[in-house]
Amino acid sequence: MKQFKISILIFLVLSFVFGILYPLSMTGIGQILFPKKANGSVVFLNGRIIGSELVGQSFKSPWYFHGRPSVVNYDASNSGASNFGPTNKKFIDQVREAAERVKRENGLPADAKLPPDMVLASASGLDPDISLESALVQVNRIARVRGIDRPLVIEILNKTREKQYFNLFGNSFVNVLKLNLALDDLQKRK
Amino acid sequence: MNLWQSKFILQGIQEAFVKLNPFTLWRNLVMFIVEIGSIITSIVTIIYIINNQSYSLSLQITLWLWATVLFSNFAEALAEIQGKARAASLRSTRENISATILLDGGKSETVSAALLKRGDVTVINEGEIIPGDGDIIEGTALVDESAITGESAPVIRESGGDRCGVTGGTKLISGKITVKITVNEGESFLDHMIGMVESAKRQKTPNEIALNILLVSLTILFIVVVFTLPAFMRYMGMATGISILMALLVCLMPTTIGALLPAIGIAGMDRLLQHNVVAMSGRAIEASGDVTTVLLDKTGTITLGNRMATEFITAEGTDRNGLMQAALYASIADETPEGRSIVALAKKELKIHGRDIRQPEESRFIPFTPESGMSGIDLKTKKIRKGAYKSIEAYIKKSGGFIPDEIRRTADRIGLEGDTPLVVAENRRAIGLIRLRDVVKLGIALRLAQLRRMGIQSVMITGDNPLTAASIAAEAGVDDFMAQAKPETKLEIIRKYQHQGQLVAMIGDGTNDAPALAQADVAVAMNAGTQAAREAANMIDLDSSPTKLLDIVEIGKEILITRGALTTFSIANDVAKYFAIIPAMFAVKYPHLGILNIMHLASPSSAILSAVIFNALVIPALIPLALRGVKYRVTTVSSLLQKNFFIYGIGGLILPFIGIKLIDLLIALFAMI
Amino acid sequence: MYYYDIIFITSFFILLIISSVLLGKYMAGLYDGKRTFLSPVIRPLELFIYRLCGISETEEMTWKRYARAFVIFNATGIAFLFLLQTAQGFLPLNPQRLPGVRWDTALNAAVSFVTNTNWQSYGGETTMSYLTQMLGLAVQNFLSAGIGMAVVLPLIRGFISRESETVGNIWVDLTRSVLYILLPLSIVVCLVLISLGVVQTLKPSLIAHTLEGAQQVISVGPAASQIAIKQLGSNGGGFFNANSAHPFENPTFLSDLVENFSILLIPFAFVFMFGYMIKKSRQGRALFMVMLILFIMGLGIMLYAEYQPSPALTHAGLAAPVNINMEGKETRFGVLWSALWSQSTTVTSNGSVNSMHDSFMPLSGLVQMFNIGIGEVIFGGVGVGLIGMLFYVILSMFVAGLMIGRTPEYLGKKLGPYEMVMAMISMLLPMIALVIFSAIAISTAAGISSLNNPSSHGLSEILYAYSSAHGNNGSAFAGLNANIVFYNCTLAAGMLIGRFATILPALAVAGSLAKKKIVPDSGATFPTTGVMFIIVVISVIIIMGALTFFPVYSLGPILEHLFLNELKLF
Repeated sequence: MKQFKISILIFLVLSFVFGILYPLSMTGIGQILFPKKANGSVVFLNGRIIGSELVGQSFKSPWYFHGRPSVVNYDASNSGASNFGPTNKKFIDQVREAAERVKRENGLPADAKLPPDMVLASASGLDPDISLESALVQVNRIARVRGIDRPLVIEILNKTREKQYFNLFGNSFVNVLKLNLALDDLQKRK
Repeated sequence: MNLWQSKFILQGIQEAFVKLNPFTLWRNLVMFIVEIGSIITSIVTIIYIINNQSYSLSLQITLWLWATVLFSNFAEALAEIQGKARAASLRSTRENISATILLDGGKSETVSAALLKRGDVTVINEGEIIPGDGDIIEGTALVDESAITGESAPVIRESGGDRCGVTGGTKLISGKITVKITVNEGESFLDHMIGMVESAKRQKTPNEIALNILLVSLTILFIVVVFTLPAFMRYMGMATGISILMALLVCLMPTTIGALLPAIGIAGMDRLLQHNVVAMSGRAIEASGDVTTVLLDKTGTITLGNRMATEFITAEGTDRNGLMQAALYASIADETPEGRSIVALAKKELKIHGRDIRQPEESRFIPFTPESGMSGIDLKTKKIRKGAYKSIEAYIKKSGGFIPDEIRRTADRIGLEGDTPLVVAENRRAIGLIRLRDVVKLGIALRLAQLRRMGIQSVMITGDNPLTAASIAAEAGVDDFMAQAKPETKLEIIRKYQHQGQLVAMIGDGTNDAPALAQADVAVAMNAGTQAAREAANMIDLDSSPTKLLDIVEIGKEILITRGALTTFSIANDVAKYFAIIPAMFAVKYPHLGILNIMHLASPSSAILSAVIFNALVIPALIPLALRGVKYRVTTVSSLLQKNFFIYGIGGLILPFIGIKLIDLLIALFAMI
Repeated sequence: MYYYDIIFITSFFILLIISSVLLGKYMAGLYDGKRTFLSPVIRPLELFIYRLCGISETEEMTWKRYARAFVIFNATGIAFLFLLQTAQGFLPLNPQRLPGVRWDTALNAAVSFVTNTNWQSYGGETTMSYLTQMLGLAVQNFLSAGIGMAVVLPLIRGFISRESETVGNIWVDLTRSVLYILLPLSIVVCLVLISLGVVQTLKPSLIAHTLEGAQQVISVGPAASQIAIKQLGSNGGGFFNANSAHPFENPTFLSDLVENFSILLIPFAFVFMFGYMIKKSRQGRALFMVMLILFIMGLGIMLYAEYQPSPALTHAGLAAPVNINMEGKETRFGVLWSALWSQSTTVTSNGSVNSMHDSFMPLSGLVQMFNIGIGEVIFGGVGVGLIGMLFYVILSMFVAGLMIGRTPEYLGKKLGPYEMVMAMISMLLPMIALVIFSAIAISTAAGISSLNNPSSHGLSEILYAYSSAHGNNGSAFAGLNANIVFYNCTLAAGMLIGRFATILPALAVAGSLAKKKIVPDSGATFPTTGVMFIIVVISVIIIMGALTFFPVYSLGPILEHLFLNELKLF
């Protein structure tokens, strides 16, 4: 009986410490020390929230670089993946379909080998990045649609791209939102 | 005794069938489950035959499953037969023996030995067989114990000492003794021993119980794994027969160790018996493998037990020959081993071999008394005394003489060296000293070193002073010693070591050893010892050899190693059996899984059958090993482990791949499937 | 893999091992009742809690009382959490007006969080109110971890104490675990994560207008504080549905390192702590080597599998760069760090994911399931992982220990039938239950209707779900829709079996060992620090796992692997 009482008491006390004190004080400190990061690394354009630099958003128009396929359609109030197993026929069919579409959109020959992340869905459905290869696949289209020179697009791509390990080593990838913003920025200045 | 005589084999086969009785077999749960499996597949096969379905595979599986049970029973039966045969040969000597019981009022009665009860007093005459275990209460006898020990030299037993015990079945060669029977018929250790080798009566040891728990748990796991498999197979669009599931189950179950476990235990008892040691419980044998400390009596175990004269040391101004002469006279009537060794040494030094030396006329021998602490002889002209320094000093001072300082110093020096000084005095003058030395037994240092390599420390117990003890200890190489020990110190020492977590073994014979024997984890009583000692002990050494502990420890270890090795082997075997059976079950529907058929077995049916046959045949193949035990060699633990792990672990992994493949080839050759 | 991958992953482990050695030393001192450098700050709070709850710090418990208190505490947690969920509709802090949680979901979640599993059959944002999240689920992240750390202590004490009846005080062990270890580490990790972009806010969802002019609602919340403890405490329950793949939970490569580090830190430290507590640090190191070798073996297989281009993908016209198998993986982590995380989270019973296990290659799935299926003993969950490993050691000593000619012992304690029974219950009962439950699920319409993938992979999904529940892991082949009565109930039962069948036998063994004498180390004892010991324990673990799971694995991941190689799709 004594253990029962202690059990309930300690449960309540610790619930207070870890359920209320801890998260609230962390929120307070976080808000003071890292206000931008703690609130979602929001990107503003002309005073309006256009998204978070960490969260991918849907790009469909030929004007913009496209992100990876998303199962939740970049709905950031949700997140998720296909959970397709590697031998799932539906999965491979979707991959083929996506590959067709990407090739069509970017005017690639039918036998072109696509970078995998361009047609494979991410884990969160909100992946903000694509590999450099996936960006390169889209460069011709961007240059054509936007009417700018291909080298210029590549230059912007090079400026925006990051390397996996602290930007020093590793595979290169690029944040699609930042890349598209840089493009828009360039064309506005023109 | 050769076990592989056709007589034993036939008897073993017969008993293997008798042991199929489920009411006795259930004691071995693993094999009991195999038997249930055999019954089920038998029924299935019969149904197949009735329904005119193809039954060849099912029938062959059934036969091999039954064979598995029979092989297991055979192993156990063989171990029992071996033990019983040894016991029976002992017992046969006791049949048709009659005993003369002394009744109250001096009358006597002759009864069959089988009717003797505890407390009966019997009289045994020269040439008779001693009818039961007991203590001599009157008389001295020469007893031939070869029926039990195999040792042909007769031994002396007499009343009142620590050597008063006699064993039923041994023969009185000379003398007449009165023996008080100490056990009821059916309780003597012979009966006990016979019980120990019968598996139905045998108590399982804690380690066997633990191992059985492991085996049964694994069996339960495999039952679950095998009998849930149809559910997964149905989902994948497959079906399988009950016989094949049974085959898989029996192959996975630890049948090898399950079949041989009882035999290992029984054979262990029997091996002890071969060393003329009777264990009163299996637990004691197991504990002997764990012994970390052995208590050894100095006298009789480490040393020959008799101090020998090794040197004469003269005092200043004494003639060496005179000293030796005096010592010789003083000892001439001294029948103690010490006295005789002085005579022998003096004769040797004086070069008077063979010449008969008699006690001089008109002399009087003064025997040793504890009060005086010396002995000697009174001649016509002089009185010669020999004894410990203190005693001689007192003697001389009393008679007004003096002892040279030199003698005292020499006596101290000899004492410091761990030997015993005897001072020789002539009239009122100390004329010199004799050095007495305890002689360590030949080869004891080697055996103690072996013990140490086995990780067992030896402790020497002696009543000697610390210096003497230290000297002997150093010479014999014991790890520790306890000097000036009284009989009750043994008990304290055992408790002390046990408190440190040590497992202590000791050998004892005297009645005052009984408490210590009762306390020790492994207590070996000498057969010649008193009944009290034998009752307190958990093993009895029929040879009464104090170094027997080493053999006992080795056998204890061998039993444990054999169990561990066969368990490891049995479990490692399963890997290969999976690789035989799983592809066979699945590859019909999914040929992709044929890749797992790394042995390239001919067909699914032959793969399953090969695994079952291998599983059955490995049991008889390992019976000799189980009965003989995995040899224990004194070496470091690491190399022992390494060796056994590679042989039984890695070997157990690889061997079945080869075995199953060979059987598969044979099956294909003879088109059995 | 490139040279820099190897450099990074090696330095990661060196740093991790150094940190965990230090932490292990700190924990050993803490649990021995010594003052630590944090005592000036935390000791007053600790004493205050004791006074408030009427706990006597010096009171020692027998194993039975310890076990009873453990059961009561867990029952309290489950009951409270269940009631909180079902009643949340009437309680405050529920801005989205979420109704009470359905009974089976609530039961599953209550059991899941109290048993440190954090299996989530529901979608967090759409099921649980803020109050439930904060006062219910988040609290259990600390408590279930803390109690899991506490219960390994009696077992360790059992090895050190001589002829003692008591095994410690559960309330003191719990309080010290949460206050001195989990809380300070969580604060540090939480702040580091916030600085890297993990959200920690009470503000409502962001409404963004994307470059293409669409509206994007972006969920935020007090995530960092929960993520810190979910990684440190082997919990794994995500703040967002995508768990640690979500950019707000794990925004950068660096945050991934920090979180992966946090997953492994305390489980690593426990092994070293074990060595320090028994005053034989070499014993701790030997167990660490066993775990590390198994870890590296699993990681090796997984990396091999993941770096092999899936034939189905190359056949579908994809190029085959290093990162080809990117389905269900995030670009910023790539294959390497997804695989490392996956290995880390499955061996430690953490269960958080930064990539989707369902979409891993079949052989990777095999490794994941094996890690969980053998009972989470390769490091394992905080505290309880060591329990599982010690049971494997006991089993190994039983089999191989005999081969040196002595009855089995470990650390000077003789192991008898009682220890054998407990080791068998702890080891085999979860395995047996998981196989039986999986067989039931795969034979029933309810079980199969939830599958997201057909054929072999479907079998793997079911097998993974029950492995995860029995191993108290919480990760999933998430394609399986487990939020139905059948799965909620059977998985809850699995989680309870996995938790209690590990811990209660451990406490029983603790009590039995504590009573025994210690046999001094002599030349004849099994050298439990050497290479042979490590080989033997590893072999026993692999063989036990293989014997149990070989048939089902050969129908699941192995067959799927063979299908994939022959481009056979379903």
